Amino acid sequence: MIQTFPRGGIHPPEDKFSAGSPIKVLPLPKTVNIPLSQHIGAPSEPLVKKGDKVKTGQWIAKCKSFVSANVHSSVTGTVTKVDKLMDSSGYKRMAISISTEEDQWEEGIDTSDTLNRNIVATADEIIQKTLDAGIVGLGGATFPSHIKLSVPKGKTADVLIINGAECEPCLTSDHRLMLEKGEELMVGIQLIMKKLNVKKALIGIEKNKPDAINHLSSLAKGFGGTEVRPLKVKYPQGGEKQLIKALINREVPSGGLPVDVGTVVHNVGTAYAIYEAVQKNKPLIERVVTVTGKDLQTPSNFMVRIGTPVSELIEAAGGLPEDTGKIINGGPMMGKALINTDIPVTKGTSGILLIPSAEAKRKPVVNCIRCTKCVSVCPMGLEPYLLQQASEYKKWDIVEEERALDCMECGSCSYICPSGRPLLDYIRLGKSTVSKIIRSRKQ
Amino acid sequence: MDKLITVSPSPHVYGDDTVKKLMYGVVYALLPALLISVYFFGIGALIVTTISIVSCVAFEYLIQKYLMKSEPSISDGSALVTGLLLAFNLPTNLPWWIIVIGALVAIGVGKMTFGGLGNNPFNPALVGRVFLFISFPVQMTSWPEPIVSRLQYTDAVTGATPLAVVKEGLSAGVPMSRLLEQIPGYMELFIGYLPGCTGEISALALLAGGLYMLTRKIITWHIPASIFLSVIIFTGILWLINPYDNADPLFHLLSGGLVLGAVYMATDYVTSPMTPKGMWIFGIGIGVITVAIRIYGAYPEGVSFAILIMNAFVPLINKYVKPKRFGEEVKNG
Repeated sequence: MIQTFPRGGIHPPEDKFSAGSPIKVLPLPKTVNIPLSQHIGAPSEPLVKKGDKVKTGQWIAKCKSFVSANVHSSVTGTVTKVDKLMDSSGYKRMAISISTEEDQWEEGIDTSDTLNRNIVATADEIIQKTLDAGIVGLGGATFPSHIKLSVPKGKTADVLIINGAECEPCLTSDHRLMLEKGEELMVGIQLIMKKLNVKKALIGIEKNKPDAINHLSSLAKGFGGTEVRPLKVKYPQGGEKQLIKALINREVPSGGLPVDVGTVVHNVGTAYAIYEAVQKNKPLIERVVTVTGKDLQTPSNFMVRIGTPVSELIEAAGGLPEDTGKIINGGPMMGKALINTDIPVTKGTSGILLIPSAEAKRKPVVNCIRCTKCVSVCPMGLEPYLLQQASEYKKWDIVEEERALDCMECGSCSYICPSGRPLLDYIRLGKSTVSKIIRSRKQ
Repeated sequence: MDKLITVSPSPHVYGDDTVKKLMYGVVYALLPALLISVYFFGIGALIVTTISIVSCVAFEYLIQKYLMKSEPSISDGSALVTGLLLAFNLPTNLPWWIIVIGALVAIGVGKMTFGGLGNNPFNPALVGRVFLFISFPVQMTSWPEPIVSRLQYTDAVTGATPLAVVKEGLSAGVPMSRLLEQIPGYMELFIGYLPGCTGEISALALLAGGLYMLTRKIITWHIPASIFLSVIIFTGILWLINPYDNADPLFHLLSGGLVLGAVYMATDYVTSPMTPKGMWIFGIGIGVITVAIRIYGAYPEGVSFAILIMNAFVPLINKYVKPKRFGEEVKNG
């Protein structure tokens, strides 16, 4: 049975140009800039200073609070500065810059490609190693993974969901990972299942990746409790709440977490990183990044060291096309436009997308004609036109009442709007203002 | 990097739909009905439609440019749709100056007074039509006979619409079975061989255009379906109780402006509700009011009034009828 979420959603062109390109290892960059805020939560605290020699995989910044993540050096070399640098958010934030000298790994890290299926780690060791390795949600949300490996007191989880939907157009990094690192991924899933003490894991994959579905389905026979579930192609299938609804027909309550309905969701990339951390003792210092675009010479998938400037990836894929109008960190629906190509790849970078200048600008904005298209595509059952108006006229009580905070910013409303209205822009404004109001109310 | 790039928040891709494409989609959907009208009513249909469209577009341009002092947006096609729909709701022998007045009321009062496209609470074409209907009741209720006066305009041979024949006959105590002999057969009603307004006569052509709009996702099925269903149920009950004094549901569906109203006028984006549930309430309201006016009211036809009355309820419906929010009721299966 092919499943999907029932309410809303859109079908943007898939444009998965790089789906057939195997993952290539990107040569080491001359310098890396490793931001200390690559995750949701408190920035990590640097453990090195200018002039220090660091090895590949060395711990260079530590988790500062419960919601935070460790950071490791992705190259061997000398720390050139610890200073504020522009990252993909567009803000200048703390980062550690290292000039690359060689690639000598920290001791105790298994850098071989041999598969290690033999799970000896205890549940506590699994969570500790995940925390130590600085793993965050690699689907893009970058929420520290060790938190999602523990079920809060009073709650239970009976099923693990692995997100291989990759519903964002253009991106293929998860697709390639599932094809090329399938067995490692399956072991990673076993590790998460062991830690969460669940007996069942469902891997959700959109059916536009039949090779990944077949490959993981045949592998799943060798691993108890795991099952691959093909999903209809519909954006935002990979949204956490939509994926849960599609796979196990449970609705995460407004303001709640997946564990409220007995499940935990991890991305395929995260499961692979957990495998590497636990079985290979390897911290999260590299990830698969798709580099793609209509006019790009060779749309590719690269294994990239964290902190590599985006420009190096673009060069390796054939160089920046002449009429590039926009450079995006992530996919076309939820990615962030970059200000320049010096910005480093971080743990959350799933792709770099180049958009031609003809498509870089928005449609002209005209009056809302109340066509109801935004309401019908909203996967959360909200009324984007109303939230937009209420935000524009600063009616924050209406914005709150109409549940702007349920919005996950998938962008379906802005995508579909025939009037080219900046629906999501205003909803974001409404969300942040309402959040502030709610915080001040609590004080 | 030495060149400028765009930086803007997500999403970075957009769908193909524009207001212009949607409006022209409605125009294409109305073309079969226009062709059939020209076939049956001849030059009258062409003259009325042309005058209506030209004056609607001209008034929109003039009001935007000289009164509102804003950039005219006539190329979006919305004034074209209003002009076409206004013409479709007028008899084909209507003098040109009455049409111009109707266009002025439709665009000027019905639409621009409220701020233009997207802001009007009432369907502009219907505002124009009802204004004319009340101001010029004689001219607005004389309909040319099909085929016979295809080369005449205001001097066309006129006749009564089937709805008027039935209304008059029933109130004079003539049984329905006798009245059916005086009106065109159901197949003729379906194709459009009857006296009536320019664009309302052919249910066949209007439904074909409606199907086109459905497949292009210009409209959803909720409003037309709820109107048709409520008319069938309401008239069906009356007909089953007393078939001698009541017309059957099929007659009500095929006569008057019901199909035009249900598929093209009630589905106007701006003046209809935002949620499927709201659309059902809206559609049922239109169906019930239409039948109530046709059977108990002073006029033989009530679709225009019904739609305008329900237009007035749309803000209220939008306020109280909300889509089902994700995660509102926790349902675990």
